Amino acid sequence: MPTVSVGRDLLFEALGRTYTQDEFEELCFDFGIELDDVTTEKAIIRKEKHLKEDEDIGGDEEIIYKIDVPANRYDLLCLEGLVQSLRIFLGLDSVPNYTLADISQQSMLKMHVKPETSEIRPYVVCAVLRGITFNEARYNSFIDLQDKLHQNICRRRTLVAIGTHDLDTIEGPFTYEALPPSKIEFKPLKQVETFRADKLMEFYKSDMKLKKYLHIIEDSPVYPVIYDKNRCVLSLPPIINGAHSAISTKTKNVFIECTATDLTKAKIVLNTMVTMFSVYCERKFEVEPVEVIYSDGKSYICPELSPYDMEVSLTYINGIAGVTLEANKVAGLLNKMQLHAKQSVTKNDECIFTVSVPPTRSDVLHACDVAEDVAIAYGFNEIPKRKPSSIKPLPLNQFSDLIRMEIALSGYSEVLTWILCSYKENFAMLNRKDDKSTSVVIGNPRSADFEVARSSLMAGILKTVAHNKDHPKPIKIFEVGDVAVLDESKDVGARNQRRVAALYCGATSGFELIHGLVDRIMQVTGTPFVSPGDNTGYHIVSSDEPEFLSGRQASIIFKGKPIGTFGIVHPQVLDNFDIPDPCSFVELNLQSLL
Amino acid sequence: MAEEAVLGFLEKNEQIIDSGVFAEEQGISHDEIVNVIKSLNGFRFVEAQDIKKERWQLTDEGKTYAANGSPEFQLFMAIPPEGISIVELKKKLGDAVFAIGSRQANRNKWLEMGKSQVSRKVEHVDDNVKAMLVKIKDGETLNKEDITALKGRKLISPQIWKGYSVKKGPNYAPKRRKPATDLTRENLQKGDWKEMQFKEYNFSAKGLPVEGGCLHPLLKVRQQMQMIFLQMGFEEMPTNNFVESSFWNFDALFQPQQHPARDSHDTFFLREPSTTKTLPEDYVERVKQIHESGGHGSRGYGYDWKREEANKNLLRTHTTAVSSRMLYALAQKPFEAKKYYSVDRVFRNEAVDRTHLAEFHQIEGLICDRGLTLGDLQGVLYDFFSRLGMSKLRFKPAYNPYTEPSMEIFGYHEGFKKWVEIGNSGMFRPEMLLPMGFPEDVRVIAWGLSLERPTMILYGIDNIRDLFGHKVDLGLIKSNPICRIGLN
Repeated sequence: MPTVSVGRDLLFEALGRTYTQDEFEELCFDFGIELDDVTTEKAIIRKEKHLKEDEDIGGDEEIIYKIDVPANRYDLLCLEGLVQSLRIFLGLDSVPNYTLADISQQSMLKMHVKPETSEIRPYVVCAVLRGITFNEARYNSFIDLQDKLHQNICRRRTLVAIGTHDLDTIEGPFTYEALPPSKIEFKPLKQVETFRADKLMEFYKSDMKLKKYLHIIEDSPVYPVIYDKNRCVLSLPPIINGAHSAISTKTKNVFIECTATDLTKAKIVLNTMVTMFSVYCERKFEVEPVEVIYSDGKSYICPELSPYDMEVSLTYINGIAGVTLEANKVAGLLNKMQLHAKQSVTKNDECIFTVSVPPTRSDVLHACDVAEDVAIAYGFNEIPKRKPSSIKPLPLNQFSDLIRMEIALSGYSEVLTWILCSYKENFAMLNRKDDKSTSVVIGNPRSADFEVARSSLMAGILKTVAHNKDHPKPIKIFEVGDVAVLDESKDVGARNQRRVAALYCGATSGFELIHGLVDRIMQVTGTPFVSPGDNTGYHIVSSDEPEFLSGRQASIIFKGKPIGTFGIVHPQVLDNFDIPDPCSFVELNLQSLL
Repeated sequence: MAEEAVLGFLEKNEQIIDSGVFAEEQGISHDEIVNVIKSLNGFRFVEAQDIKKERWQLTDEGKTYAANGSPEFQLFMAIPPEGISIVELKKKLGDAVFAIGSRQANRNKWLEMGKSQVSRKVEHVDDNVKAMLVKIKDGETLNKEDITALKGRKLISPQIWKGYSVKKGPNYAPKRRKPATDLTRENLQKGDWKEMQFKEYNFSAKGLPVEGGCLHPLLKVRQQMQMIFLQMGFEEMPTNNFVESSFWNFDALFQPQQHPARDSHDTFFLREPSTTKTLPEDYVERVKQIHESGGHGSRGYGYDWKREEANKNLLRTHTTAVSSRMLYALAQKPFEAKKYYSVDRVFRNEAVDRTHLAEFHQIEGLICDRGLTLGDLQGVLYDFFSRLGMSKLRFKPAYNPYTEPSMEIFGYHEGFKKWVEIGNSGMFRPEMLLPMGFPEDVRVIAWGLSLERPTMILYGIDNIRDLFGHKVDLGLIKSNPICRIGLN
């Protein structure tokens, strides 16, 4: 994305008001450009030379705005174009009407193109800006725009190269030729001596700025060159202009030539140059045409400033933008984007706009570009959104699945046990007493196996171990699932709670391994290990639960609240479930970590 | 044995007054007794009080004299009754013993020292020094004068002796059971778990780290992204083809051949295989036409479109190359609306730095249907990004060669308290869709973003190389939490 540097004060003066940086950024955002950086000339020089803050250097303290503009908006590459676009966007100005000076074909300046140019750089377009008034800022902007165009659309001068000349120092008709380098001799810009073209190329090999363009013509037997009537060299495109016709802040009449390998782009470049700076001409927005005549007799008059007309239907614009605007409103919005629109109605009652695309808007290729401009002028963020149909998963289940994956990656195998269990398994066998406040109890159990809905995952997991006595040790298993708990606040008096439980069984209890798994679960849920009293994470305190061995068990405290327990399973409990090997077990409330 | 002695003694007696004396009585070394007392004290079986005593011990010199006799005695004994020459005596005793011995013997007035001859002054002497040193060695006490004399000759040095006086502690028991560190199968079999005491566990330390594998953070995010697309009804495009032709990567997207992205500065072109072999010829012709002179209501770019440029092979610069193939294929059949997505690798010829890599992952989603509007695009973007945790969005006009309108997507980052650019979006240009053969009213809305950037924001990583590539820290991969994207 190209960046344009403009003086802030100059910009605000031209916009007719000052903005706070936030306000200006907002304007940029709506229009589709971006304030990339705020700096000063001094700071830029410092940066380039890698100097420190306090070192004194030349340069101005004036605030410079660096603005990113879209790569296809060549008209925004200079202050003049930015100001014009923004003023029209803000409704301050109307779209300028660019015209060609009304002169006869005979009195027009002529550019004759020699056939040899087709071997190297076949096209040229020209124009004249009469009665221009430069000052230092305008002049600098004029030079900068050429540079910006060269770097962007001209693809580093390969496609197009611009030459600008003081018309009062040269005399038409001009010729665009291609000659062997040894036949070209002139004094180039910024030099005092005369060079032969081939020597000049050698000379520029050490020029930091120009050496990167030499390859474009270097190996060609002929070099492109433009002469005036008196064989004065205007330029050796795309390398350098002649010193003789150099422009200055005092120049009144400017002759512009663009030589190219791509005619379409040459025309865009020429149009950009003349439309942007005709604002400083005596006859504002008027450009004097030049006739380009090829040796085969073909000729054209340039620049082509007449608008390009495009027919776009109201339905299409509304359809793209997703709005239902009326014709007058759309026409007004188009004006804000420099597009003049004329309404008409077809036989089938369809509203059609004839949109005039000005020479500054080469980016408008299709009706879709027009529709986009309407959407921008209306405001992208004002467009009513249409929500598509889509589905969302239950976060708790998604979360459970992610945790299941992590525990399995930690080397634990998943088991899936029953919600229903016997009353004894839920309480007595776990050394627990039923205080009647926890368990959902079934009224009509078919067998003793299905008396209650589990209050913990522990019984199911211990039963799994008991039934896998022959499995090689250690056994590492886990389950993520719901338990049922009594809850007075629920309409039915009970609710589910998502738990995770894991067990280690081996020759030793594996208490520290289960402790490590607790740490891992906390780590993967992004919970830091903190000291007691700190409520931003989790910590562990010893506990006293009957299903665990005394002194070998602990509570997991998460953000100040206990969410689970782990420890060595009480030998009495192991015995109750007929498990001969020591086990460590953890169970915690997964919902609290969601 | 020492532990039993201490605990047993205290069972019947009030206290052990002096551990040193106690050790002697019990015939156990004092060091052993001290160790036991320290351990019992730690578990508060006993309460121990320090006792300090100053004692004397032999220096190395003192030790030699205690064994061999004092130098003056040695010297005296070496003098025969008839006397001896000094030279001879020195030879017999050595210089050191002679020097000290003669000095001390003289002081004791044992000798008659001539110019060259030495003889006894007295008939008989006792080696008192040796006798005192032996006493000190055996722990006996000496009177002050003797101590001063021996100290003066640096034959003894003071030593601090430490011992304890010991009483019952709050946890006193006549017999101590060693606290266990773990419950074993053996304990269960023997049933001795009932008497076991456990060493107190340190809950301020973490447990043993789990020995498992971990998945890469970026791919965990990718998995969640895929889940989101599936939930939104998108199907995945086959993106397992890094090598692409310029045609599908650029030309089919109406990206002109002089576009800067097609420079070798931005794109990796291939030496092998350098060009593509086949392209759908009639479609190529329509693409050429639209670039050169337009059509379907477009002005075109007005340049000479070159087939050689389109044939150049490259590493795809975006997954949109796959989208263009998919859309072309879709346009060859009777129209059917589609939602496609992909998350895969793309390549850019860029300098590697903190935020740029030569390859990264692009997330892309597109919807192809009749009558889609910018409102649909914004709606789907709200749906998508709110699932990533960004529910405040803004859209900025932007330029992209293959979309029109184009919108840059900005999301309000609640953590940074500012708007950040989070992706790009737009409607594919008619110049791209119509040459493919789609009906006029079919529109395609699409958006894209990198997988790396949201992941870096999510995990607070500010150097892309810390996340992706071989310079990654394995510790980061192991400690990385689950990706909760798509959970809310």
